[in-house]
Parts: sequence; C-alpha cells; structure tokens
Amino acid sequence: MPNKKIYLDYAATTPVDKEVLKEMLPYFSEKFGNAMSIHSFGQEALQAIDAARGKIADFFGCAPTEIVFTSGATESNNLTVKGVLKSYYSKAENAEIKPHIITSAFEHHCVLDSCKAVEKDGLAEVSYIKPGKDGIMRVSEIAKAIRPNTVLISIMYVNNEIGTVQPIGKISKLVRKTNQAKAENEFKTVFHTDATQAVNYFDCDVEKLGVDLLSMSAHKIYGPKGIGMLYVRKGTAIRKIQDGGDQEYKLRAGTHNVTGIVGFGKAMEVLKKNMSKDSKKIQDLRDHLIGKVLREIPNARLNGSKTKRSPNNANFSFRDIEGEGLLLSLDMEGIACSTGSACSSGALSPSHVLLSIGLKAEQAHGSLRMTLGKYTTKNEIDVTVKKLKAIAERLRKISGSVLADYYSKK
Amino acid sequence: MQYSKKVLEHFTRPHNQGVIRNASGVGMVGNPVCGDLMKIYIKVKKDRKRGEVISKIGFETLGCASAIATSSMITDLAKDKTLEEAMKITRQDVADALEGLPPIKMHCSNLADDALHEAIKDYQSKHK
Repeated sequence: MPNKKIYLDYAATTPVDKEVLKEMLPYFSEKFGNAMSIHSFGQEALQAIDAARGKIADFFGCAPTEIVFTSGATESNNLTVKGVLKSYYSKAENAEIKPHIITSAFEHHCVLDSCKAVEKDGLAEVSYIKPGKDGIMRVSEIAKAIRPNTVLISIMYVNNEIGTVQPIGKISKLVRKTNQAKAENEFKTVFHTDATQAVNYFDCDVEKLGVDLLSMSAHKIYGPKGIGMLYVRKGTAIRKIQDGGDQEYKLRAGTHNVTGIVGFGKAMEVLKKNMSKDSKKIQDLRDHLIGKVLREIPNARLNGSKTKRSPNNANFSFRDIEGEGLLLSLDMEGIACSTGSACSSGALSPSHVLLSIGLKAEQAHGSLRMTLGKYTTKNEIDVTVKKLKAIAERLRKISGSVLADYYSKK
Repeated sequence: MQYSKKVLEHFTRPHNQGVIRNASGVGMVGNPVCGDLMKIYIKVKKDRKRGEVISKIGFETLGCASAIATSSMITDLAKDKTLEEAMKITRQDVADALEGLPPIKMHCSNLADDALHEAIKDYQSKHK
C-alpha cells in the first residue's frame, strides 16, 4: 500500500476545511442551546444560525428569509417535488386536474425517485426529458414538454457524473414567459434547480439564474455532512412535508443542526473568498488530466461536452474494461475515484446518466469519474495517470477480444 | 465491496489467463448489458484409464473483479478433471473455493460454471 493516498472523488464529498471545523467546534459542548428556546442558551444558537444564514444569503444574492435549512440536497429535492404538489392540492379547485412535472432523464436519483414516487401515488404525471449526446439539455425540448398543468420544472445546474452545465438562465426565461401568459388565479409553474455540483464553481446568484427553488449540500463545498438548504423565492407555492415544529419559516420541522449550519455558513464564506482562484487552478489540472489520459491510454473517450463542463470533472470510458475492476485496482494503489458501472453500486443496470447521453451499456460499465478539488496537486494527477495506464493494460490483457467476439457472433 | 482475500488474489493475479489456440472447445456466456462477458477455452486429451480429460484451460473475461476471479478459479477447479467431473462443478463450488462472494455477486458475476459447461458441450458436439 502506498503511504500517501490520492483522493479524486470530490463530487462524492469533500473534507471539512480546517477553518470551517474551527468555527463549528464551540457549538457542540459549550454553545449547545436549541435555537427555538427563548433563554440565553437558545438565543446564542439562534444568533449563530442567523449569522450563517446571512452569509449564505449573501452568496446567493437573496434575502436570509429565503434560505431554508435542510439535512442536505436529497431532502431539499424531496421537499421541492412533494412540497410543490402539496401546495397545488391545497387548493380545492385543483383536486380534479392532475398536475404535471418536467425533469431531465439524468437528474440525481433523489429527484428521479421523488418523481417516480409521486407518479406511483397517482399525484402527478412526469416527463423525463433526455439531454443531448453532449450532456446538455435543449431548451426547445423542455418548451415542447410544457403543458397548461405543468406545476414544476426541475433541471440540475451541473450534472453530478459528467459535470455538464445546463442552461438554467435560458430555461428560467422560458418558464417566466409561460407564467406571464397564465391567468391571475392559475397555478404558476415553479422552476427548481439542483445546484449541488455547481456551487463550487459557478455563479449562483438566484436573480441571474431566475430560479424559484435551488438545492445544495454543504459537504460538497468543504462543509460538514448532514446539512444543506433549499432556497425558496418569496411567494413560491410550496408547503412543508414534515410535521413537528415551526422551524425554518414553517417549511422544515425539526431542531436546527446548529453545528452544521455554523459550518455551512463558514464554508460559504471561505468559498466566496477563494472561488475564482481555486476554480482556475482546478480547471488547469483537470485539462492536464484529460489531455494526458486521452493521449496516453488508447481507446479512451471523454463523456459529456468538453467545454460546457464543471472545472473539476473528468469522466472517461475505456473500451474492453469494466469500471468496478478498474476502481478496485486504483483503490489498491491508494487512488479513489468513481464509476458508472452497475457492479460498483449494487444496481442492475449501469449509470442512467451515461445511458441517457447515448452510451452503450458496455461503455457505461467501462466508465471512470475523476473529480478534482482544491487540495489536488499536479503530482497526484501524474501518478494517477501512470497507474491508470498500467491497470488498463492489465485489464485489457484479461478481457482480450471477448467483446469483439461477442459482437461478431451476434 | 467486501471481497475475500482469495477473490482479490485471483483478481490481481488470475490463473490460466489467455487464449488457447486450436482449443477443443470454447464457451462464451454473459452480455455487455449486465457488464460481464466470459470465454473459456479447453483442450481435451484422451487418457487411457480416465477417458476424456481437460489437459489445458484458459479464459478471457471482461467484467468486474468477481467475474475475473470466478473465471480464474474455475480454470483451477477444472484443470486435469474428466469432462464428466468438470460438468459437475457448480457456481457454489466456485464461490466456496473463493472463500465466498458478496451476495449480489453470487448471481450476476458467477457465470464461470456456465462458460465451462458451454465449452465442454461445444467439444462434445464436435466429437459425436
């Protein structure tokens, strides 16, 4: 085992920044109050939450009262899909008309599974729009799918597997135009984006994006796990889906995760300070990685648009190689990555994202995602490519011509 | 994925890997959709006392670690066996010899017995 491990899975999660951890520590045992208590212990916690909320609102260019803390993006996305429907059905006149939701075919599972759940319960009809082969959604395809009863459009900002950037601003213009044509008392289409993978690298000013709802998780931006938020534009038709308290402007019941919120606030502050510098450095390293892999390893392809992608993401497919074995071999060398192979996740079929952009099953099984972060170095990239090259050769020797033989017999 | 030491051994250093030219029988199983493709090659020799014996065996596998390990293990189990004995090797035998497989891998990536049996049938169909 090498003594120094290499982490290239920053899209899965990030280490907590030391400054963030320092800010959080007093809130475990010293300043431990419940922010809903009116005594001094509670008020101390409330003040810390308000300060964090302010920093986060500042990042997104919104009012602090529009930030709803949740346990993370999965909860925010569940709240979006189910909470908008709850608001819709709270109006008696809507009882007879089944609402319609539009989303992309390559959303994160928490959005797709929420949509499938409401479909199964007979609460909504859902259109899953496929992206182009470059991994970018076409606004015209979304426009075609809009119906008079479309209550929610949910499109991710940056895809978590292939890092492709979606035209959120253009989609929001489309939604606004659609809503302007509606009568005063009609249910307006709510526009949501899951910005979990975007926050580190892209402008998330909610006015520029024109979104009504935006989800994210703190652990992707060097903050702690178990805390995230849903930005809720003032006046958006959404209701709580969890009962038990009046926290978070009555949209999310449950005692505040004070340490998490404090860490989240600090992580946003640190991010805002270093964003442009880190982004440039990471993109340069990522371009170095992509160039080197495509040059040095035969029959490798980059999945998703080369230009419209997140600075930290590289996603490859290697012919005649299966991703789980590749991942395991890299892990044995101390290198941590991710794959769209079914075998790695316990699922039956390979990555729905890679299939949605037109990859064959074996290309999706043979995929490798490498996501960089602010602690990635050039040496780590060079070591990784060197090891990857040797592993690819070894696995290709084992697979031989079995794939070509399979197709020639068919 | 929690693999046994034995699986990792066979994955990193598979036994009897490679094509056999002029094989007596070849068996291919799996499909690219599920992610595993296996091809087993056998060379059969006639032994005066024992009858038809697998004297040489090789494999090519595109698949996950357990697909490669099960391919490697079945070549160990089948080598020098009579065709009759080799036909009796089951996927459970392969899994046991590997000190167990993760439950999800028992079914999907444990196809090596099928590939071996296909190779034997291929030989038998040519030597009727």
